[in-house]
Amino acid sequence: MTAAIAPVREETLALEVENLRIGYKRRGRVLRVIDDVSFGIRRGEAFGLVGESGCGKSTIAMAVMRYLAPNAVVEGGRIAFGGDDVLTLGDEQLRRLRGDRMAMVYQDPNSSLNPSIRVGDQIAEVYRHHRAMDKAQAREAACLMLEKVHVSDPARVVRRYPHELSGGQQQRVVIAMALATDPDLLVLDEPTTGLDATVEAEVLDLVEQLRDEFDASILFISHNLGIVSRICERMGVLYAGRLVEHGPARQVFSDPRHPYTLALLRCVPRLGMRKDTLRLDPIPGSLPALGAEIAGCVYADRCPIARDRCRTDPPPLYDVGDLRAAACHFHVEVPGIPPSEETRPADVVPADDEVLVRVEDCMKTYRSSGGDVTAVAGVSFAVKRGEIFGLVGESGCGKSSLARTIVGLTDSTSGVVEVDGKPMSQRRQQRDRALRRAVQMVFQNPDTALNPRHTIRNILGRSLKRLTDLGSRRERQEAMDELATAVRLEHRYFDVRPAALSGGLKQRVSIARAFAGTPKIVLCDEPVSALDVSVQAAILNLLIELQLRERVSYVFISHDLAVVRYLADRIGVMYLGWLVDIGDAEAVFNPPHHPYTEALVSAIPTLDLDAARPRVKLEGPLPSPIDPPTGCRFHTRCPRFLGDVCVNERPPWQQANGNAYRCHIPPDELEPLQLAARPDATRKEGNGAGPAPAA
Amino acid sequence: MVVDRSDPTSALTVTDAAPGVAGLQGEFARLGRRGRAALFGRALLGSKAFLVGAVIVVWWIFDAIFWRLFVPYEPTAVDPGATLAGPSRSHLFGTDDLGRDVFSRVLAGATSVLTVAPAATALGIAGGITVGLVTGYYRGIVDNVLMRLVDAALAFPLIIIAVLVLSVLGQSTWNVVVVIGIVFTPLVARTVRSAVLAEREHEYVAAAKLRGESGLYIMFAEILPNISGPIAVEATVRLGYAIFTAATLSFLGLGLQPPSPDWGLSVASGLAFLQIAPWMVLFPALALATLVVAVNLVADGLKQVVEE
Repeated sequence: MTAAIAPVREETLALEVENLRIGYKRRGRVLRVIDDVSFGIRRGEAFGLVGESGCGKSTIAMAVMRYLAPNAVVEGGRIAFGGDDVLTLGDEQLRRLRGDRMAMVYQDPNSSLNPSIRVGDQIAEVYRHHRAMDKAQAREAACLMLEKVHVSDPARVVRRYPHELSGGQQQRVVIAMALATDPDLLVLDEPTTGLDATVEAEVLDLVEQLRDEFDASILFISHNLGIVSRICERMGVLYAGRLVEHGPARQVFSDPRHPYTLALLRCVPRLGMRKDTLRLDPIPGSLPALGAEIAGCVYADRCPIARDRCRTDPPPLYDVGDLRAAACHFHVEVPGIPPSEETRPADVVPADDEVLVRVEDCMKTYRSSGGDVTAVAGVSFAVKRGEIFGLVGESGCGKSSLARTIVGLTDSTSGVVEVDGKPMSQRRQQRDRALRRAVQMVFQNPDTALNPRHTIRNILGRSLKRLTDLGSRRERQEAMDELATAVRLEHRYFDVRPAALSGGLKQRVSIARAFAGTPKIVLCDEPVSALDVSVQAAILNLLIELQLRERVSYVFISHDLAVVRYLADRIGVMYLGWLVDIGDAEAVFNPPHHPYTEALVSAIPTLDLDAARPRVKLEGPLPSPIDPPTGCRFHTRCPRFLGDVCVNERPPWQQANGNAYRCHIPPDELEPLQLAARPDATRKEGNGAGPAPAA
Repeated sequence: MVVDRSDPTSALTVTDAAPGVAGLQGEFARLGRRGRAALFGRALLGSKAFLVGAVIVVWWIFDAIFWRLFVPYEPTAVDPGATLAGPSRSHLFGTDDLGRDVFSRVLAGATSVLTVAPAATALGIAGGITVGLVTGYYRGIVDNVLMRLVDAALAFPLIIIAVLVLSVLGQSTWNVVVVIGIVFTPLVARTVRSAVLAEREHEYVAAAKLRGESGLYIMFAEILPNISGPIAVEATVRLGYAIFTAATLSFLGLGLQPPSPDWGLSVASGLAFLQIAPWMVLFPALALATLVVAVNLVADGLKQVVEE
């Protein structure tokens, strides 16, 4: 196994992890979560660790910093960092090591910063503590550091409190703090998860730039293969606590040699992939239970090419050439694994022309202490029967408020919301049964969407009772069996409570519940964003399958544009309570489209390396919805800002091929500009947009 | 049903990201009803303070029911020949001004306290749950009106209200229970309301609304089971206060009447003899103190486990 990493010359290694074994003590037993993991990071190199939740990637990060939870047990191995073994250092040495030579950036910048201390002082503190600077020096150094992480106007930002900064700026400040002592190793643990797409792109750009300026080695941890392959030179793929493959990032990514890596790549929608061309390929089964004793290969149960040998004989990391290694006995066969049956494209039936949901000039205003917040400011659109309507936009754009209005969870302040010709904005209790059954919802968070105190049988049974005319217990039981079969939920789960189910299973129950009646429209509010990619694929496929079979419409809300593009027939883009772009999915994704859509599209972390594009950046923070900008609501951040007309006049709707957008720039002027900025975009043909060819 | 009951986790996959930091709650929820009860019990018994408290409480409850088995004398038996006698072999805790055995009276006195206090607590909790659920779930005007009433009720000292109501209603054990219950209702309502506020934002509540469930169903069948932890803690804390309040009312002469061996009453009647026969006050007061402290130890232990 060490043979595989031998080509990395010892003396150049900044960090070396050798045969690391870590377990967690739980109820008297030690459950092993990291098993025999070895890798090295060279000076100035970025190494990525990829894996799904529960694979142990955060445990490794914590072990490297020695921030392990109190019940963690290091059962063996070594973490060598600049001549020291991190695992055996004393407290004092460790303290110096952490501040001076190692630094970590966590997932959520909002909770990494102290909300009651000005950010300048927080950065200065690092200098005062580790560099023994006096107050004035430290403050100056903090300013300089902020400049290095490309914070505009650092002299003003240092005086701000964290809550006064945007998510992107906050993460910049956290990175500035980490880099303050010029560390030899920077650990980034999912630094962009939870940030909006445009902010994520911003932070990743920064990390890339900083790599040129600082010579710190980077340990980059992420669940997103695309991001890792962009930022890192080399990467390792973790599965159930074992390193199953490692090597140069681009090669691992473009030509995986472990079945798991291949499967991970196949279950996320690629650029230009649509539900009618190719289905996603989910990974069957689920992760082995924590601490389970596995005789052979950990992935054997889910592997399409597993044989008897895989179940008895644990594979070592085979050297597969090009400084790469893969822990698979049959790594030679991996490139030839065919896509599974699941990927056959669905026979997509075009939506009817009949309008099912009509939203006209919908307004939703919330009262708040600072003034009224107009979350939805006059939105109009229609969803046809049997259509998937994607709603995208960043946090705070009003998409959730709009969605809650459509299903009738809140009343609109003004405007019309009609489902099947009947108005939705009336008291819920007075709504008739038919309308209630027509509208259902699949929620974002599977943990809170199901009542933790009810069994699955209660949850589904109650929905069947309320939403169908099935009178007898037996009829409902039959219907429940049918439902469970439709969402592929094994019947043995009926009598457990939600907490006993994995995220994917919970979401299946949630979907089954939504389909208990015969809904006409199902609102999917970020239904896969809390799930791992392999589970995501299975849930998306299920949603498509049910949608086609039941002929329902979806309003599909997501911040993941790749997912929306893959799934939706038509898309609406929201910004600060306005609908700014609406039309056929491909038309919205290609020029001419609203400058905001342009920025969103360019921020998609692409899985296709060669399609790397120049990014359209959004300047400045999201304006407050209490006091939205005059004229065009987007003018404060618009990359195609014209001048006074944008500030003073509300933009008209511009009709393009297949989509309409709200902007002062007409399509024939906007298209060439946007095409120039995006060489990979498809030019719209006269007959509307076809599916974009894969780049 | 094929899930193995004896080990509810065996058939299921555990895929939480950080088992090291997953709290008791996470583990808790993953288990079936039986495993959960076992885990809860083990966590509680791990706390020494809880154990001590529980033993004392159990003892007093046992004593409240079976005191007749332990008392050496009839608690109300008067002995004119042995008034105000100090603790001795024949009268362990001495005798009072009428020559009654203080030891027997202390043992017998637990009954009245442990009848009034739990009944009053039950009443207060029931009232508090109802008010808390309604205000927390409906918010808006209902919430505003009810919570202002609660604030108003809280502005009066408890004892004043009790004295007022009891002097109007007349003195009886049942009235004491009602008064304490009513006084506790707004206090419990606040706790329940804040728990409901956190719970009502969960998506399962929205799902129930979309099914067209009534407010009553959502409050009692969906939300209530999920806030049982904080309610259990609140109930124990309230029980401690109820014991003390009941004793106070007896002390003021508003509760039970002589010759009841009630602790509060005993302390009150012993007060006049404090200089010459301190044991008349000391022992009933000690008994009351041990019970209140023990109930609070139990409450603390429960709170810690519930909050984890």
